[in-house]
Parts: sequence; structure tokens; C-alpha cells
Amino acid sequence: MNHPILGRRRFIACAGAGLGAMLVSPQLVLAAAQTERRFIFIIQRGAADGLNIVAPYADPAYARLRGDLAIDPATATKLDGTFALHPSLKQTAAMFAAKQALFVHAAASPYRDRSHFDGQNVLETGGIQPYQTRDGWLNRLTGMLPAVQGQRGGHGSDGAIAIAATVPQALRGSVEVSSYAPSALPQPSDDLMMRVGQLYAHDEQFHPAWSAALAARDLAEGTGAKQDPASLGRLTASFLTKPAGPRIAMLETSGWDTHNAQNNRLAAQLKALDTLLASLRDGLGPVWAQTTVVVATEFGRTAAVNGTGGTDHGTGSVAWVLGGGVRGGRVVADWPGLAGNQLYQNRDLRPTIGLDALIAGVAGEALALDPDHVARVLFPLAGGAKPLTGLVSA
Amino acid sequence: MPVSHALSPQAIALNRFGLGASPGAAPDNPRGWLLDQFARFEPRSAGFAALPDAGAMVTAYQAERRMERQNQPAANTPGVKDPALLAARQDYGQQVQALYRAAVQARSDAALQTQAPFIERMVHFWSNHFCVSVDNQPVTAYAGSFERDAIRTHVLGRFEDMAMAVEHHPAMLIYLNQNQSIGPGSMAAQRSRLGGDPARRRGLNENLAREIMELHTLGVRSGYTQADVTEFARALTGWTVGGQDSDRPGNFLFRDRQHEPGARRILGKTYHQEGEHQARAALADFTHAPATATHIATKLARHFAGDTPPPAMVARLAGVFTSSGGDLPTLYKALIDSPEAWLPQPLKFKTPWEWTISALRGLGRGETGAIQMAAVQRQLGQPVWKPGSPAGWDDVSASWIAPDALMRRVEFAQRLVSPLGDQIDARALAPRLLPASLDPATAGQVAMAESPASALALLLVSPDFLRR
Repeated sequence: MNHPILGRRRFIACAGAGLGAMLVSPQLVLAAAQTERRFIFIIQRGAADGLNIVAPYADPAYARLRGDLAIDPATATKLDGTFALHPSLKQTAAMFAAKQALFVHAAASPYRDRSHFDGQNVLETGGIQPYQTRDGWLNRLTGMLPAVQGQRGGHGSDGAIAIAATVPQALRGSVEVSSYAPSALPQPSDDLMMRVGQLYAHDEQFHPAWSAALAARDLAEGTGAKQDPASLGRLTASFLTKPAGPRIAMLETSGWDTHNAQNNRLAAQLKALDTLLASLRDGLGPVWAQTTVVVATEFGRTAAVNGTGGTDHGTGSVAWVLGGGVRGGRVVADWPGLAGNQLYQNRDLRPTIGLDALIAGVAGEALALDPDHVARVLFPLAGGAKPLTGLVSA
Repeated sequence: MPVSHALSPQAIALNRFGLGASPGAAPDNPRGWLLDQFARFEPRSAGFAALPDAGAMVTAYQAERRMERQNQPAANTPGVKDPALLAARQDYGQQVQALYRAAVQARSDAALQTQAPFIERMVHFWSNHFCVSVDNQPVTAYAGSFERDAIRTHVLGRFEDMAMAVEHHPAMLIYLNQNQSIGPGSMAAQRSRLGGDPARRRGLNENLAREIMELHTLGVRSGYTQADVTEFARALTGWTVGGQDSDRPGNFLFRDRQHEPGARRILGKTYHQEGEHQARAALADFTHAPATATHIATKLARHFAGDTPPPAMVARLAGVFTSSGGDLPTLYKALIDSPEAWLPQPLKFKTPWEWTISALRGLGRGETGAIQMAAVQRQLGQPVWKPGSPAGWDDVSASWIAPDALMRRVEFAQRLVSPLGDQIDARALAPRLLPASLDPATAGQVAMAESPASALALLLVSPDFLRR
């Protein structure tokens, strides 16, 4: 394997050598994951409207329920005889046409109430009830990566990174992970950084976090990253393409809670996400072939338009799977229908596919791990739900 | 929290209950110092009192836009860009941003100048509990007025009164779409159906109703159902914001013609009241429900006694909440009397807001001045009044301790102290900010720093100063 690790840890190594302070534990240096596969999870916070992202235009109830919100199949990209993709998703449509994207419809986590915050907690922890599980499934997945698995005591900060200043719930847990977001503040002096490292050397919370911050900052050097979707995509790609960089990344998107004026808001949201995905793909270059992206939301929105040109909190939604190894170009669904008696509680898209089964299957195949084992580790409370496999070339 | 140096009661009063020590003398009697603040709090600080009227700004712009739509329908056609219209929009956008920045400065100045830092902390607590998020222009304009008029005014009053003021405030009505919600059986809905234009057909929006029950009062999983949410949403119809043509421009307005007629059944109780009073009665009941007492007590205990709230403290606070009828000063006294909030080990990791304010206070800054707090908080990861979700910012350390978040604080600390190195001796300042509580290891690092400015920066990002 390549060994550029000392190069990219140049700063830490110099600081440590100069003052005799070993800021990085040997485990951290060895923590680079021994896999060439990459996995990215993008969360849509706020309950994204699956019925208008991948619209079931052929369902006889769709246009009636949606009224002015209904996606016109004439302007959208028809995916098959039933579903059409929102017209803002131009790059995603191209990936679908290239068989590098698929959608899983009428999907949901085990959560069945309508609180964003409980719903996101279940989606991110992999539990069945909110706040039942403390750590996140993406953290547990990071712990399953070959090199990270063997080490003791954490510090596997090279396994995964959150493209955010803080670490989202899905990535929190016993495996140390990194976080990074572009900053407009001036960089501190090397001396100050080194002394801060000494100040945190014996603090069990700050020491690992600080070590990871130094490593991430070093990896991001020279990217000139900003916060817009294209820049975030490039930045994420720049981390994932470093030979000893992280193999798992998480990005957060928000603003999906479209209770009013949904048409314009959803179009803008989707355009931003489309741009992010395209810039990820382009930035990863050849590595895209080994990368799998999952996009998911905590729950869907009401089947019918509400009284204010929007939709309220619902249940089933759509999940996206994209990447060079995805067996794409299809919509995977056991379509429940939108007629009154087919809806969940007479109001929402009825979930027929579990997000946990989807995530276990896709993450397993994407990272060349045993999907059944992944399901047991990521979703231990789901009672051995069968992972949804066959979506990614193993 | 990991074991660290023990905090003295003085340090706890100043930093855990207050907003961080200033270089001046520490209080001799920490509990007395906290209790005395009830009389010293200024609800309308100079900065807040001077804010321009958000309602006038928003309604004037909306009326202007409506006129333009009527006079020049072409101006609304997509792709057609009327330069005058674009200029007006840009002006308005700049005015709104200027008002928001001024309000954030007012909030920061109040936190730096106050003689009642514990009560200011409670303002920040309630403002986050009942949060709005400045994700669109009207809410951005109203956010300062929301904190001033709904939160500051009632921070030493009753919970019910604060909740009423919050749910009537235009910032909240707009943020959670209540201003647009119309009873399906109301006069307004019938009229729009007769009009035949389906695009203008309006109806129910349950957003505010759900978040009042889930976040503001009863708490999630406390036993209400989807039917209760929908019924409460029907009761709330008619609660809206007056336009310029109304007699209450930019303020709460009850529009009877949008209100769903009839009695409502919520949580097993029937509300026969007419008009605005129907939702008022239900909301008042929610504020006195046992679930609300537990919900509020849990959040308060988490804020002062650690990320995992001690059950005995929660039960005690909930009891006081109920027995006092939600009297907030009584509740604060119970908080001050809670031994769990005086444990000598640090119990909380400061949020970016708490940390910035404590750093400025610690450096003896009497006003924010040239520091643009709105921009600083955005950089540190906690943009003011913009949590992005109606649940507000998380109050647990796992949400805030992260590699990049620590790096940002070091960056900001360095910038903050760079002009102060020759004015403040960090070695002398440290024991004043953390009286009898400074970890010797921190003191040692501060003393060994390569420059006075570096010593100050190290003090501000030390584990001792990052926690409270």
C-alpha cells in the first residue's frame, strides 16, 4: 500500500518532533482504512417529499391528491411507466440514464410518528424507537472497515469524516471520526496549534477531537473550499480521493420541510442537491467507480397538498442510491398505491421497504462487507430484517 | 464530562449560572448574587429598545409588492426583470439584514452589559426553547422583536404568559406557517371555492399546532395523537398577521373569516369557545399540563446539571412548576436551590454562543463594538436565531464537541486576542475568571506561552474555559 501518511501529517510530525510532545497516538497513524471502496451518506433533514422527487405520475390518485403541486410528466424525466424524476434533477437524471443511479420508493425507517427530531434520531441511530440507541449506524459501519476494526481504543479518525463543523448523530459513537467545514477565519499560528494540542493532551474529549481536526485541516489544505453545493461536493471528493483519507463521509442538507410554497422551494432544494451530487461525481473522477452514495430523509410528506401550497409531515418517502458501481437505471418499489384505503392512516404514502434493510444491503455491497453481518451491526434491534441486496455490484 | 479540576461555588455561579466572569471582583455570596439579579434585569435594554419596527418594514414592502402585481402583471412573469422591482427587492433585503445584525448586536450587548447575567442566560434558554429560525426575510426581520417582546418581557413572569406571547408573535406565526392556515369550513375557504380558481384555494396547515404540542409545551410522545394535532390546528385557524390594510399592520390579528367554525375536541376535552379564544383556551391548558411541567423541568435540568438530567432534580422542578402555576422566578429559585446544579466538576460544554459571550466578558469587553456577532456566530457554527429547525439548538455536548468546532474556536480566540496582548496579563486574569478553580496544568501552559496574546488565546480555549 502507498504510504503518504507522513507527508500529510507533516505539520503534526514536525510539531511533535520539535517539542518532544507526541500529539498523535500510533493507532491514529495506522488508522487509514484498508479499502478502496467509498460510502457517502447524505441526510435530507426536514422530511423530503418523495412523491414530488420521484413522482408516481401513472398512479391514478397522484394528480388529484397533489393538485397544483403535481409534477407534470411532460416536463419531468420519465424513469419508467410509473415514475418521473423532478425536472430540477438534471445531473441525477443523467446518472440514472447511465445506470449509475436508482431510487427506492415507498421507503421509511421503522419510525411511524411525525416528529422531525424523533424521526431523524431513529434514521441516524438505527434504532426502532427514538433515543433508544446512543450511537449512530454510520459510526458502527466505520468500525467495520478493515483497518479501523483491528485497533483498540478508538482514534480511527481516518475512517470517516463529517463535512460539517460538528458531528451529526449518525456518525457519533465509539469510533473517533473527523469533521471539517470551510472556515473564513484566519488560520492560527503553528505555535498556538501546537500548544493547544499540549493543553488537550490529557483531556479524553478534546484530545481525539483536536487530533482529528489537525488531520482534516491538513487534508483540506489548498482546496480553497467554500460552502456552496458545488464546493462542498469538491471538498468531500478531495478528502475521499486522498490515498490515506477517509472512506466514509456524511453530508447534511436541510430545508426540506415544505409546509408552504413547496413548488419553488423544492425545486431550489433539488437543484442544490443535484449540483452537489454532480460535483461529487466529477471530483471523485475514477474513484466514482468505487463510490456509493445513499440519500435519505427521516420520513415523507402527506400524499395530498395541504391548505398552503405545501405538504405536512407524512411517512413513506424515496431514497436515492448513486455511484459508479450502482446497478442503476431503475426504480425499486413495491408500490402501495395512493388511493384512500391504500394510504397509511388515510394520509401518507404507505412504506413497503425498510430504510434499514436498504442501508444494510447497499452499505454492505458498497464496502464489500457481508450484508447480513452489516444488518446485525447497524440495525441490531430490527430483528434480523433481510438486507436489500443486488443494488450495488459487489 | 471527564474529570477536571473542581470548580468553586463562585466559579459555578459566574460561569454555569451566569454568562461568564468579568475581570471584576467575584461575588462573596454566590447564591445571593444570583437571587439579587431578579431585581436587576432590564427587559428593554438600550440596544433592544432602539431596534426599528420590523412590522412596519415587512408590511410596507408586502403592500408595495401587491400594488406592483396589480399594476404591472408583467413584472411577475418569470424571466421578466423589472429593474425598479429588483432594486426595491434588494433594498428591502438589505434593510432586513441590517435589522437582523442590529438585533444580534443588541442581544450581545445586553449579555455583556447586564447586571443580571443569570436572567440573560434564561432569556437565551427560552429563546431557544421557543425558537424561530431566520430562514426567510420576514422571520429575519422579526427575530429581534420576538426575543424582546415575547421572551425578555416574560422571562420573570409566568410560563403561560410567555407561551401566549410567543404563539401570538408574527415571527412565530410566519415561521411555522400559521399565518396562512385557513379552516376548510371557514368563510374564506368557501369564498375561494366559489371563486373557482383552484390555485387560490387555501386550507389547513398543521405546522404550528404540532410544534406547540411537541416542542413548546407537552413534549413529544406525551400521549397526544395525530387527531389532536389536526383538531388543535383547526382551533388555531384565524391566528394570523395583519397586513397594511388591516387595523393591526405587522401585528397579531385574528381573522374570523378564516377560522374553522364549531367546537374542537383536543386531548379528550371539548373547546366550545368562539374565535381566538378557542386556541387560547387549549394552549393555556397545555401550559399547565403535567407533561409540560416534566418537559420544561427536563430541559432546565439538562441546561444546568448536565447532559443527562438527574431524575430527582427533574421531578423536583416539575413539582415546583406545577405548584407555582408555571411561575418562572419560583422555578429559577428552585434551580438555584438544586444541589445537582452545584456539583464541583464541570457539567456542560459551552455552546458557541455561550463561549463567545464568556470570552468577551472575560476580556472585559463592555460592548460588541466592531465585532460583528452575527458573522462570528455563523463561523462558529451557531448562527443566532437560526437553528434551522423548530426544535432549537441541541443542549448536549456531543452536538458541539467536534474536531472542526474546536478549531474554529482556536481561530476566533487568536483573532480576538491579537490586539490585547500588551494590555491584559492572562496569568493574572485566569484566576479571576475561574476563582479558586483553575487547573494547574492550564495555569502552567498559560504561563509558558510564547507571547502574552498567545497566553490569552490559550486561556480562552483551555478545557477549563470551554466547559462550565
